[in-house]
Amino acid sequence: MAAGAGSGRTMSSTFLPVRFWLLMPSWLIIGFFLALPVLLMLVYSFLTKEFRGGVIWEPTLAAYDQFLFDRGLFGDDPPQIEWKYISIFLRSIFQATGATILCLIIGFPTAFFIATRNENTKVIWLFLVTVPYWVNLLIRTVSMKFLIRDSGPLNELLITIGAIETPLKLINTNFAVQLGLFYSYLPFMVLPIYAALERYNFTFSEAASDLYAPKWTILRQILIPIIKPGIIAGCILVFVPSLGAFLAPDLLGGAKTFMIGSLIEDQFKGNAGNWPFGAASSMILLSLVMIVLIYYARAQSKEQV
Amino acid sequence: MAIKDAISLEGVRKDFGDFTAISNVTFDIADNEFFTLLGPSGCGKTTLLRMIAGFEETSAGKIKLYGDIIENLPPNKRPINTVFQNYALFPHMTVKENIGFSLKMLGWSKSDINDRVAEMVAMVKLEEFTDRKPSQLSGGQQQRVALARAMASKPKLLLLDEPLSALDLKLRKEMRSELKRLQRDTGITFIFVTHDQEEALSMSDRIAVMSSGKVQQIGNPSEIYDTPANRFVADFIGEANLLNATIQKIDGEKIICRLQSGQILTSKSSSKVNVGQSGTISIRPEKLIIKKQNFKGQYLEGKLGQSTYIGTDTQFEILLDKELSLTVRMQNSSLTSENYKNGDQVFLSIADDAAWFLLD
Ligand SMILES: Nc1ncnc2c1ncn2[C@@H]1O[C@H](COP(=O)(O)OP(=O)(O)OP(=O)(O)O)[C@@H](O)[C@H]1O
Ligand SMILES: [Mg+2]
Repeated sequence: MAAGAGSGRTMSSTFLPVRFWLLMPSWLIIGFFLALPVLLMLVYSFLTKEFRGGVIWEPTLAAYDQFLFDRGLFGDDPPQIEWKYISIFLRSIFQATGATILCLIIGFPTAFFIATRNENTKVIWLFLVTVPYWVNLLIRTVSMKFLIRDSGPLNELLITIGAIETPLKLINTNFAVQLGLFYSYLPFMVLPIYAALERYNFTFSEAASDLYAPKWTILRQILIPIIKPGIIAGCILVFVPSLGAFLAPDLLGGAKTFMIGSLIEDQFKGNAGNWPFGAASSMILLSLVMIVLIYYARAQSKEQV
Repeated sequence: MAIKDAISLEGVRKDFGDFTAISNVTFDIADNEFFTLLGPSGCGKTTLLRMIAGFEETSAGKIKLYGDIIENLPPNKRPINTVFQNYALFPHMTVKENIGFSLKMLGWSKSDINDRVAEMVAMVKLEEFTDRKPSQLSGGQQQRVALARAMASKPKLLLLDEPLSALDLKLRKEMRSELKRLQRDTGITFIFVTHDQEEALSMSDRIAVMSSGKVQQIGNPSEIYDTPANRFVADFIGEANLLNATIQKIDGEKIICRLQSGQILTSKSSSKVNVGQSGTISIRPEKLIIKKQNFKGQYLEGKLGQSTYIGTDTQFEILLDKELSLTVRMQNSSLTSENYKNGDQVFLSIADDAAWFLLD
């Protein structure tokens, strides 16, 4: 027993330092740039707001209270559920879901198309998918605004070919925001699905076809279940940033489509903000995302067994 | 009415760009036959199988299944199933679901599927593993699942693309007799692809030997082994001593040839030959007998070279002259009395039907 413990210690004392030092940079960076800011926001969300931005170091639940409850103009009415922020959250989830579905509908066939090209043309197609992303997101979103506005090229084209008579009202709608988010995050859908398809052995499709499965059934019962991890990864990679996005909602959506990202952004912008409230909203958003991810991880690990 | 062949190929060709992978392949396979495609790597065995299964379009020619033309049908419309080289078991389905997949696609009822799956599982002896995923099975077990899956719908034809190549030697030998048993019990016609001649010789009713996209010879195992149609087949199947020779005289069945080294040898052939033609004489190493004394009958004289002990047999090298040497293989039990030493003068006894003449 004693000998066993002793040898165990020698093992770890020779191995631990090497591992420790090798992992040190990762731990430092993750700790400093990931964990610390989140911790900071968590602390701020429980502090009192300073009127010109910043915080006073006095613990309070005021920020969460403001998010969830309406206590009237002077704060002394009996508390009622505050729907204002909750509905912004629900709308954001709706927008992000819409964008994710759009990305999936367009991204899956795109990824499939690229994965089934020959080796030389694959690279070109992949490059083309990522080309727009060399341009700044702000500029892309603004140009999207020009594209879909009432007198923009899209409407003009549709009128010229006689598809419509009056311009479609696209700008400042939910759809415009979803389109903007779709455009912002499409590669995040295409690339993981493409990677999964690269690993997919198309002999499975041949085997299914050999065993009397028609094309559509092969897609539904063989290909999609096998590359599901790639599809889910793509959905998460689009959904999560869409949920917190503020550029597309601000520029393409207008006041009616206000989303969480903009709400939080406003709290930290200029002097009018409310840092604890912004921090509390961020924490609520983060919890929401964590719940989705944990649920997904659970479902995955159950399937493995 | 004549019995229809299970499958017949007429002038089937396959081009990939300007490369012809299969050229003008024609053969018929009888109902219930165990037919083997044998040939070196890259000769087009898989390509031919894929055209029969429907994964690859034919560039020319006809494929008929029990008289029906099938070359334009998609794979899911052909009552032909395949056992893939890497098995291609669906990784997200259990053994049961894999085996029942084709039946589900054919619209069988749940209870019928369950019954047939149970029957197939028993047939390949996998009762304990029905709820496992393929990744939780050994290579041999996966192979059995692949077989059961392909046979569940009782296809008219089963295609097997080197199904044993991923198994170790012992398991491979077990699976040979297992496959034969399955084929006999189910009565399904098999087309079996391999580049292992021992596998082909031991399992097949008939073998088609292929090389660079062409069928070189079709016949039963002993025809292929004893009476090869050309130098390629003689060389590819088993071991052979191949000697260049010219025909000097034809006496009924006997073809009397002169070897390059000057010796005269009597041989037989299946081809039509004329005096003066040159070709190759093929002699199997086990058909040569080493003697120390000169004797009556056909023999070649030589010096004993290297000998190699290989378990049941010993292999000798006999030098006929400076350049020409023959390989002889003798069972070890018959060697006990005589002692062979390097450099000994020996006489090689060659029976009349041991030498086989092949036209170039
Ligand atoms: N899709 C394709 N495009 C171009 N050439 C091909 C294609 N498929 C096969 N070939 C060529 O056709 C020839 C026959 O290939 P095939 O796979 O049928 O050989 P094989 O006899 O099955 O070999 P192995 O024993 O190694 O499996 C090869 O030279 C191969 O390079
Ligand atoms: Mg092959």
